[in-house]
Amino acid sequence: MQLTIDRVDFVSSLGPGRRAPVRGADERAARQALRAQVARLEHELCAIVVEGFPHIRPPAPTYGGDSLAGGPCLLSLGQLERTRDELAGMVQAARRAATERAELETRSRELLRRMQREPSRYKFVRLPVRDLGEHGCGVWEVRPRLGLLGMLAGWWQVKLSSGCPLG
Amino acid sequence: MEAAGVSGEAGVGETGSAGERAGGVSGAGGLSGAAEGVGEQALRVGWRAPEVEQELPQLRLILARARVTRAGAVNGRSPPGVRQRVHECANRYRGARAIGVRREPVPSAYRVFYRQIGLDPEVVRTPIEAVVLERMMHGGFRSEGLLADALLIALIDTGVPVWALDAAALDGELGVRLSRAGEPLGRAPDAPMLPAGRLVVADRLGPGAGLGPGDGPDGAEGSVVLGSLFGELAPDCRPGAHTQELELFAVQVAGVPTLYVEEALWSSRAILEQGYSPSEKHW
Repeated sequence: MQLTIDRVDFVSSLGPGRRAPVRGADERAARQALRAQVARLEHELCAIVVEGFPHIRPPAPTYGGDSLAGGPCLLSLGQLERTRDELAGMVQAARRAATERAELETRSRELLRRMQREPSRYKFVRLPVRDLGEHGCGVWEVRPRLGLLGMLAGWWQVKLSSGCPLG
Repeated sequence: MEAAGVSGEAGVGETGSAGERAGGVSGAGGLSGAAEGVGEQALRVGWRAPEVEQELPQLRLILARARVTRAGAVNGRSPPGVRQRVHECANRYRGARAIGVRREPVPSAYRVFYRQIGLDPEVVRTPIEAVVLERMMHGGFRSEGLLADALLIALIDTGVPVWALDAAALDGELGVRLSRAGEPLGRAPDAPMLPAGRLVVADRLGPGAGLGPGDGPDGAEGSVVLGSLFGELAPDCRPGAHTQELELFAVQVAGVPTLYVEEALWSSRAILEQGYSPSEKHW
């Protein structure tokens, strides 16, 4: 997402809360456009985080752990651009995490299918249910039927351990 | 009232529980945008400094007065009905909803506004997210006195935060402006100083005063900062044991329907004046 605007360089060099000497209608329109972009990005970020929770965490705090200007203020064009860019970066990172997560779950589901089809090929392989996108701390595991006897006889099965009671 | 499922700016001509209590609307000194959708007669719209109005046209401060009718202090122990209501509010926020609250329309509108004014909502939590987080950590809401309970119930019901100031400590109508460098937060001699350019809630000043960090000292003569927007209130203006009248205010931003703001103010005022929540009657 890009916004190309002509602006005077000194605007971004002003300190927090400082006003530029000239605030034209064009610059105000640019700030409004940036605010709209910030709103859209924030909504998108929230949607990704909520849909992906708990596997996708809320983004780490920006602005060095504090607010951009130390408190609520009217952001300059430069500060709004920085906010927009940081949000865009967070959205991109969240999207990437969501994609990676989806790929992991797809791979895990495929592995589980193969484990169930041919358990003897996946001896003692463990697959946490979290990797399948499910909640809890259960684990799918290929184990020998009847313990040592099954291991010697080649009787393998896929079992789901229930995990901890709080999981 | 649930926040979910409502999007965009409702407002003008809206009907509903608050709309049915409609009466005239009073702006502060005939300010622009003062009247839209604020149906409750006793609700007023605060002034905005021109610069704030230009940059954040959908930011509004909605005000309401509440008289303290109880014998004890407004911060004193809540009546049993209010305490019960506070405890029941906790049932509405369990794990799944606590996570999803940031996506609900009203809380989401405040998150967006935080970003737009330079606050990171992951650091400075929006009021509704802050109380939901507290509820998850403590396993419920705790009653902390009538005033705090009334504001909490209004926040949980609507997603709109309401603040209260001691009306006796105010001089004129409340509004939003930018702070000047070294301006104190409140009237106390040892009040903390604010940097220039903060969005603050202040009293007295009317529109057109040309306030801003670069406008010189005369522009805001007599106007006192009573709190940072969404932040700390001046200690000397907070309601105390002898408070007789409260000035309630809510901050409306883009995406928050006026009806919700009205409901938040009406709900908190009803609890403060009558000792019960209006929606309690339907339970």
